[in-house]
Amino acid sequence: MAESKLVPVPSRGMVPERDVSDRPVLETLHLGVDFGGLVAVDEFNMVIGKTEIAGLIGPNGAGKTTVFNLLTKVYQPTRGTILLGDKDTSGMNTSQVCKAGMARTFQNIRLFNDMTVIENVLVGHHNSIAYHTPNAIFRLPSFWREEKEARKRALELLSIFNMEDTAEAKAGSLPYGAQRRLEIVRALATNPTILLLDEPAAGMNPTETAELMENIVKIRDTFNIAILLIEHDMRLVMGICEGIAVLNYGKIIAKGTPEEIKSNPLVIDAYLGKKDDDEVEDDA
Amino acid sequence: MKDKMRKMPTWLSYLINAAFLFLILFGGMQIINSGRLSTYYIRVIILCGINIILALSLNLATGFLGQLPLGHAGFMALGAYSSAIFMRFACNVKMLPPTLMFPVGIVLGGVFAAFIGFLIGIPALRLKGDYLAIITLGFGEIIRVVLLNIDDVLGFKLTYGAASLKNIPKTTNFFNTFLLVGITYYVIHTYIKSRHGRATLAIRDNEIAAESCGINTTYYKTLGFTMSAFFAGIAGALYAGYLGVINPSGFGFMKSIEILVTVVLGGMGSMVGSIISATVLTAVPEMLRAFSQYRMIVYSLLLVVVMIFKPSGLMGNYEFSLTKILNKSGSKKKNKKGGGKNG
Repeated sequence: MAESKLVPVPSRGMVPERDVSDRPVLETLHLGVDFGGLVAVDEFNMVIGKTEIAGLIGPNGAGKTTVFNLLTKVYQPTRGTILLGDKDTSGMNTSQVCKAGMARTFQNIRLFNDMTVIENVLVGHHNSIAYHTPNAIFRLPSFWREEKEARKRALELLSIFNMEDTAEAKAGSLPYGAQRRLEIVRALATNPTILLLDEPAAGMNPTETAELMENIVKIRDTFNIAILLIEHDMRLVMGICEGIAVLNYGKIIAKGTPEEIKSNPLVIDAYLGKKDDDEVEDDA
Repeated sequence: MKDKMRKMPTWLSYLINAAFLFLILFGGMQIINSGRLSTYYIRVIILCGINIILALSLNLATGFLGQLPLGHAGFMALGAYSSAIFMRFACNVKMLPPTLMFPVGIVLGGVFAAFIGFLIGIPALRLKGDYLAIITLGFGEIIRVVLLNIDDVLGFKLTYGAASLKNIPKTTNFFNTFLLVGITYYVIHTYIKSRHGRATLAIRDNEIAAESCGINTTYYKTLGFTMSAFFAGIAGALYAGYLGVINPSGFGFMKSIEILVTVVLGGMGSMVGSIISATVLTAVPEMLRAFSQYRMIVYSLLLVVVMIFKPSGLMGNYEFSLTKILNKSGSKKKNKKGGGKNG
């Protein structure tokens, strides 16, 4: 597998330039957004290579989720460019960005609670099913064929988390951990090239987190996609991320491998606190 | 659970459902033709059917799409007037055989309402919740006022304003009403049980997540709203052929509220709920005519009691399925759908 790393944009190099063998999946240039007079994110540059697992960390309120919302166009960026593969996403809306190959999960779970588990996944399949409204209303053969196909694929996707048994249950009735997993499955169903995970381990116990780490790597290896994740659990981030960017006050203060981030004094000051303070979470 | 679903092939369940509907239809025709029911009862049944179509159409926008339009009577009025004007015209010039006149009039009513619904939907659906309710309320009133005044202002002889549009051919009968109820139910049902329907429900449950799954929310909202207006227009066209006389004041704000009450009472997102509640809310005031001074009290009481004890509506979002029941046990065949669909 091509091992490409999270690399800084050459002009703002903080760590030595790395080899990006393939064209990067995601590249942002001078990305930024203002809310009124508040500069929420500024000069956000990052490159994510194919099949790379990258982490985005930073203290609470640093702008991590805002970056996700900018990437998926929930907010329109004030400035800067986002390149998704070779497509420039400026002018696209959220659904078009998704079609272009970016899928995401949410910090506070946003499932379709009144629909069943498999229907949630099928919503993710929406754009890979082609039949039109009349085909559905008159129940033409293409409807049955494609629905059957989509259901089969949805069950296959659910099987990565061993969730086939709950396929007919209401999504809202699932336990918390399963809901988080279902969100990932739904995102995968959109057939992405890059998957954004917003705090996938939030609220999980250590066993579940360990399982999740394995699964994230497994997803990357099975689907050959890049993964960018926001996470506060340092064990997870340091354990599976190949490249990490640290965000503070809307700006990237450090980029590099987990080892480099661990020893970067800027990061320790801004994020991990003073050296004698072992707290991981810190209000900046 | 899976085993139960597999018990019956899909085509067979469709066939059984269709057969069941035809059974009710021909049973109903037999009873009506035998003359055992007075004209009054037949008219109440037809009115039930019209109200069922209205409730189903609003349920598409409210229960499935999750929007709250308050101008549904406006679309009904558009359907009623466009089909009535067409039918009067067709009757006068005798350009169409009477058998063709009715279907063309119905489709025309639906299409015209859908077209205006589409035009209104584009700006209105950018808003959400209360704001959407108010803007659609405004559009509904605009439609009513235009119908009321268009003749005076522009000198047409189309709607006859407050003097009512009279002499509309009375084409609506039990047969075609029942058929249209069936078609409406079928189309909305199959639409909801498809990828487009899933997209619609996803928008209702969580718009941002739906958009992040690659669903073009504007498209599906407009499509749902337009379909909703289409069926409201069909109900309006039926209504015009039912009454023979229509007046803009019959399609005011209160009518919109009445339709909304029907949907909420039946359960938002339950089609069988809409059918039952439309039947009950049409039949109860009629049955209570004998106690005319207590009529509205009972009606209001019914609403209050249901909302207290079952806030999600009579049926919640439960969907009746003949196939499921047949799969479970061979016997429980003749209840809800029969009662509801009979209108």
